[in-house]
Amino acid sequence: MRPHSRSFKNNASAALKDASLQLALGGIKNGFVANRAKARANLPEFEDLRDEARAVKEHALAHLDLYLEEYEKKVTASGGHVHWAPTATDAREAILDICRKAGARTVTKGKTMVGEEIAINDHLEGAGITPVETDLGEYLIQLRNEPPSHIIAPAIHLTKDQVEADFRKIHTTLPYDRVLEEPAQLVAEARTVLREQFLAADIGITGANLLIAETGSSVIVTNEGNGDLTQCLPRIHIVITSIEKVVPTLEDACTILRVLARSATGQEWTTYTTFSTGPKREGDPDGPDEYHVILLDNGRTEMLGSEFHDMLRCIRCGACMNHCPVYNAVGGHAYGWVYPGPMGAVLTPSLIGIDEAGHLPNASTFCGRCEAVCPMRIPLPKLMRHWREREYDKGNTPLFYKIGLKLWAFMARHPRLYQGLTGLAMPALARAGRRRGRFKSLPFAGGWTRHRDLPAPQGKTFQQLWRERGQIS
Amino acid sequence: MSAPGKREEVLGAIRRSLAVDGNDSARLKTVQDRIKSHSANLIPKRGQIDHAARIKLFIETLEGQSAHVSRAGSLEDIPQIVADYLLDNNLPAEFRSGEDDLLESIPWDKSPALTRHQGKGVASDAVAISVARSAAAETGTMFLTSGKENPTTLNFLPDTHIAVIRADTILGSYEDAWNALRDVYGIREMPRTVNLISGPSRTADIEQIIVMGAHGPRRLHVIIVD
Repeated sequence: MRPHSRSFKNNASAALKDASLQLALGGIKNGFVANRAKARANLPEFEDLRDEARAVKEHALAHLDLYLEEYEKKVTASGGHVHWAPTATDAREAILDICRKAGARTVTKGKTMVGEEIAINDHLEGAGITPVETDLGEYLIQLRNEPPSHIIAPAIHLTKDQVEADFRKIHTTLPYDRVLEEPAQLVAEARTVLREQFLAADIGITGANLLIAETGSSVIVTNEGNGDLTQCLPRIHIVITSIEKVVPTLEDACTILRVLARSATGQEWTTYTTFSTGPKREGDPDGPDEYHVILLDNGRTEMLGSEFHDMLRCIRCGACMNHCPVYNAVGGHAYGWVYPGPMGAVLTPSLIGIDEAGHLPNASTFCGRCEAVCPMRIPLPKLMRHWREREYDKGNTPLFYKIGLKLWAFMARHPRLYQGLTGLAMPALARAGRRRGRFKSLPFAGGWTRHRDLPAPQGKTFQQLWRERGQIS
Repeated sequence: MSAPGKREEVLGAIRRSLAVDGNDSARLKTVQDRIKSHSANLIPKRGQIDHAARIKLFIETLEGQSAHVSRAGSLEDIPQIVADYLLDNNLPAEFRSGEDDLLESIPWDKSPALTRHQGKGVASDAVAISVARSAAAETGTMFLTSGKENPTTLNFLPDTHIAVIRADTILGSYEDAWNALRDVYGIREMPRTVNLISGPSRTADIEQIIVMGAHGPRRLHVIIVD
């Protein structure tokens, strides 16, 4: 998809006013967030596992070239093919080439964020090949021609009424008076429609959550089983993935998988975790005849060893966005590209450039919850700060902000002046807001008060209160 | 397979960014040793318990994940358990399975009403039976391997999936289960597909409400045989 991250501010304003989006986002707290907390409480070793998972990935990244070579060797030995893709264009060409050679007409797809990153659906369609998303959430948004709004729950922005309306519009061969009130009825209909597609597809495309150097395996985790039907029925299985997914051994994979589902949906382990190695073997009655892996770089090697290196540990669980107050307020589409939330705010500028995505690292209150819940302990606020610095250095910061920042910096370097002015301002604001206890509008604070009231200060500055407390203790 | 320069382009970019040499023998040895030793990292205590407790944990966890579990004293009991289960769920008394030795040694004629079809899964299958090679009690997760013994399609196409597992192959952790597979397939070798299955298919993609039977089986019935 073409990025529209430049219009983050307008996107966010529109999202805040979108009643049905707000309704849909309201479910995150009692769903993903509560379930993760439960899963964490149920596993005493969870915090230690986070440290180990982080160590596994750091080790793999430090030896990335060698583990990729080992991985490739094992894929080839098992009869599969590895296609190295420095850019999104290279990846698309490799995929289209396989499709053309096979004379493919339809392609079923399991969920792949790297597939979104390279906009593979648009290019398949351009080549006259029909891509069919089979993950229910991905299918729902494909019907609407929308990008995912969450990396593990792509249709989290939709309500069941919207899904019903879409099904009635698209599934026109089914009787119009059928009952589609409950999610179970909607799921059953999608199952029936997609079952036909699974059986008819020429090629199945999946992503990979992990690659294993020891065995040359790709790993996917799903709850629906769609990824499995995608890869065990068609003649060709293509895995679209990226270079930082490789880990040394099956044991290392398990360490990461132990924190993945718990952080993502709050499940202890996903329903289906599938390890695929090469095409079907001699005597196998099912499985693909061909197995291809597309290994995408697309800017990742530049992140390696840079100030954004830590981001390469990301395992795409979505915990950061589930816990992000900004994501919870505006949803994923406002971010304007494939990866939303805090991880998207760091990754998107790396992949499509800070000129396009400069707003995203600014879309954070730096409350730190993302870093607190990240299973791979990625210091997301710090990485966003790096982008803010780069953006400032590049001169992309608007003049108004620059003046504000200069003013602030000047004040911060002159504490007496700072204390003097705030010592005057606080009692004045407290007096002005005494009657209501809050402000409905205030000069220079329109950005805040347009959406909510500003609580009136109580009259003393933080410094004054601190001094008083110091005298008490 | 990719155009010749692309592989070197990516590997070269990695080495430049890491400031490393691809022929550095110390690095190569680190990587080889790690793969060769495939040492376990931290394994949660939860599954490190005696055999009886492991089976109990396996059952409880699977049931918590909406699977149905029953125990068979011997292979002889399995036909009746299957027949009863199908009857209870108002399902046809037929199923498809592969050629696994364990399935071959079950006296299916003890339940004459049951019809057994063999081969890979087809769209019209309502019920399939496969044998799980091993399991990790830690999260109620079974390990199934592809092949003519237990075709992978049987795990996903039918509405109802019945998995038979020997009690002595129910282990504590995934690491234990991988080592059991290494004993069968060899070091650094895998069958085409290893399916780790922990319950019936489900989705929560509509309003985060869990619905069973998204694309794979709506029901998973596990038979533990002593």
